[in-house]
Amino acid sequence: MRFLYKTDYDQDIRLVRHSGYAFWYGLLLALLIALPWVVSDYLLDQAIFIGIYAIAGLGLMLVVGYTGLVSLGHAAFLGIGAYTEAILTARGWPFPLSVSAAVLAAASAGVIVGLPALRVRGIYLAIATIALGTIVEEILARWESVTGGNAGLSVSTPRGLFGFIGAAPGFYYLTLAIAISSTLVVLNLLRSPTGRAFVAVRDSETSARSLGIHVARTKTTAFALSAALTGLAGALYAHKIRFLSPDQFTVLQSVELLMLVFVGGVGSVHGAVLGAVFLIALPQMIAIAKDFLPPAIGGAAGLQSAVFGALIVGFVLFEPLGLYGRWVKIRHYLEMFPFYRRGTYRRVRVFQRTERNR
Amino acid sequence: MQFVQIVIGGISQGFVYGLVALGFVLIYKATEAVNFAQGELMMLGAFCGLALATWAGLPYWAVLLGSVAILAAFGFATEFVLLRPVFGEPSFSAIMVTIGLGFLARGLVTMIPGFGTDSHSLDAPFKGQVIEAGGLVIGMEHVVIIGAGLLLSATLYGLFRFTRIGIAMQAVSQNQLAAWYVGIPVRRLNGLVWALSAAVAAVAGVLLAPIAFIHANMGFIGLKAFPAAVIGGFDSLPGAIAGGLILGVIEALAGFYLPEGFKDVAASVVVLVVLAVRPHGLFGQASRKRV
Amino acid sequence: MNATQPAPGEAILEVSGLSIAFGGLKAVRDVSFTVRRGEVFTLIGPNGAGKTTLFNLVSRLYAGDAGRIVFEGRDITALPAHRIASLGIARTFQNIELFEHATVLQNLLIGRHVHRRTALWEELLFLPSVRRAEIAARERVEEVIDRLELQHYRDTPVAGLPYGVRKIVELGRALATGPRLLLMDEPSSGLNVEETDDMAFWIEDLNRDLGITVVMVEHDMRLVSRVSHRVLALDQGAVLAVGTAQEVQSHPAVIDAYLGSAHA
Repeated sequence: MRFLYKTDYDQDIRLVRHSGYAFWYGLLLALLIALPWVVSDYLLDQAIFIGIYAIAGLGLMLVVGYTGLVSLGHAAFLGIGAYTEAILTARGWPFPLSVSAAVLAAASAGVIVGLPALRVRGIYLAIATIALGTIVEEILARWESVTGGNAGLSVSTPRGLFGFIGAAPGFYYLTLAIAISSTLVVLNLLRSPTGRAFVAVRDSETSARSLGIHVARTKTTAFALSAALTGLAGALYAHKIRFLSPDQFTVLQSVELLMLVFVGGVGSVHGAVLGAVFLIALPQMIAIAKDFLPPAIGGAAGLQSAVFGALIVGFVLFEPLGLYGRWVKIRHYLEMFPFYRRGTYRRVRVFQRTERNR
Repeated sequence: MQFVQIVIGGISQGFVYGLVALGFVLIYKATEAVNFAQGELMMLGAFCGLALATWAGLPYWAVLLGSVAILAAFGFATEFVLLRPVFGEPSFSAIMVTIGLGFLARGLVTMIPGFGTDSHSLDAPFKGQVIEAGGLVIGMEHVVIIGAGLLLSATLYGLFRFTRIGIAMQAVSQNQLAAWYVGIPVRRLNGLVWALSAAVAAVAGVLLAPIAFIHANMGFIGLKAFPAAVIGGFDSLPGAIAGGLILGVIEALAGFYLPEGFKDVAASVVVLVVLAVRPHGLFGQASRKRV
Repeated sequence: MNATQPAPGEAILEVSGLSIAFGGLKAVRDVSFTVRRGEVFTLIGPNGAGKTTLFNLVSRLYAGDAGRIVFEGRDITALPAHRIASLGIARTFQNIELFEHATVLQNLLIGRHVHRRTALWEELLFLPSVRRAEIAARERVEEVIDRLELQHYRDTPVAGLPYGVRKIVELGRALATGPRLLLMDEPSSGLNVEETDDMAFWIEDLNRDLGITVVMVEHDMRLVSRVSHRVLALDQGAVLAVGTAQEVQSHPAVIDAYLGSAHA
């Protein structure tokens, strides 16, 4: 058990709260830096995907977890970031510029999306985001002169940055650096007034307003930042996957992102990373498990879908706090051992009141 | 003339959306949960019908009744297994659980060898028949769908408005605890609502079968039903049908008069316009929080 | 303290001819009153009289159909709701509207939002200016925590706290904005006798020490008599009487509508 004796306000503000943080996260960082020498090329590849999805997950987490806005259209921002990056790289733009443009494009889309969508709440917002996602997907498919339409668009190697980021270890470090910076930016946001305003808007719009928070502007800011992060992930995604087509950015992908956020643990930065690990690892695990299953089940086309569905349902029923929530409970158990009380995390049954008047 | 024919085609398609939307609105009106798996329930209804027709050799109307019964039981069971534990959790959990259910249903059906992976069709006694009047043609399958849509929405509207059960359901959706205190069997009612909604989905699925192909992905039509529900008003049963109608007609007209691709986004554009202008839809009720 | 003398001071809040109707129901009908700086002004009346609606009109959560609201000489009748706090008006809610998933400290810190001087880009990079601003905000919030004795609950998520404490946290959050006018909607509802006494103590405390003008809606007549300088009785959206607590409590129309003959 660790007892924190606080003597300074800074201890509550800074990111590294105590020496335990420094040790474990330092270890994690060292491991991540050493990764290319430790694992196979294939696993490094997967690590890059995890990084990309973690960034996208952070973006979605900002709106869903912290501002309380359900978005089922985030794949659109991924697509906008990806296509902008691909198109500009093909025109010879250096990497830093093209990525900045991709992020800006996605953020602008986020603001545009925010204007109509954020005037409605709850399920209506979810539906608005589905609609917007569908429209973006259709634009990507129809605007053939620019995006190549349904035939797809191949992505050339990124230029600039000494040319080494095209190759695997270089791209891994690039993704790692961007993922770490994104995480730090989000953490900074969350410990500052804007981040608190997000939480206020999520929990009670009425009292947020009476405390001077401009609710519409806060939501739009959240959406724009979220879109920017997701667009950034999209730009990296374009270079990793090397070939884009509109069907990579449908509602299904948006649902996958939402699942990432939910399984990882809504409302925590760790959740975004854990969710990304889960999302990338799952198909691999299913592929491995297939060898152990009877061919009738293992070879079936719908297995992945069914497993996804079963897992989502399982998490909702048994661990709604997600992977990070489960980790917090385990850690708490270990810290408090043997004084852990079983009822600590028991869910309080709240009777449902209509949310129509929220 | 061609215009009217297109509109008729749109109306027919619109009632399909309306039937699916009816199931949504039913669940939302009674429990404030949104069932993202409504399309998949319809798909299950269609496959159920197919199974009954192929393996039990039942005639069409028996197939319809059988599917309705089986899906109603399934709906009740789903509510019992999946939604009761989610009672009282934030609505996000309910959304996720129904999304998960959709994935699961789609996956499991696809895993059934031969059956789930192919597209099938189902024959109905009225398949292929048409009604002609003044140069306009409408398929009998569509007429049946329109009839079913009108009948179901009228029945359900009457249920909610005039019967004790319907009023009890509305009470539950407003405040579960209060409903319990006045003696309303909340859990049983929620199960009943899901059973009803699944039954409506089954009707949609079996009636749609003669027109479209039955395949595991046919549930995606649910995505179109959302805009229909929004247009009509998410808590209005007649609104669901009206919304579906409007959507179907707009899509049909867009498909004919506008360049390619607009038809697919027509639903999305209309939804955004409605949300911007009149978020509670045509027949829904605006509400405001009292502090 | 027995506040029978009206407190001197210029008018801080002037409401004239305020009305609002919801459909056919006239919730507030041509209500006018003036609140003087430094006093505790209480609104009483039966349920449904329009007291909370009046509050919502003044804090601009509702837009009135007619009338004017002037705060410190400035017409705020058409001001958007989120601008009210920056003028120095804070409020608490009848049904507690706290940020349930945040800690007490975070709730209070959100109260400092009107004093935010840092831009978004500065916050994203967490520049030293942001850190300094955070520490300054924390110091102000700690003053409120000290005053209301919330130290024990600082890092507890609000959702798990007992009702009495939540009421205090809501008061604290309103105080954190540094208001000159505090609107309190039924501060003693749901509190037992001791907690109500504590609340009375704090209201007097803020009023005397910090010079905050308090306008409150209240049903507990003991509390009303104890802390109020002046009282306004409302019934069915219209003003019945204004005066000291004694005057209003013995006014025949008020007794008729609200208090019952046992209070005569």
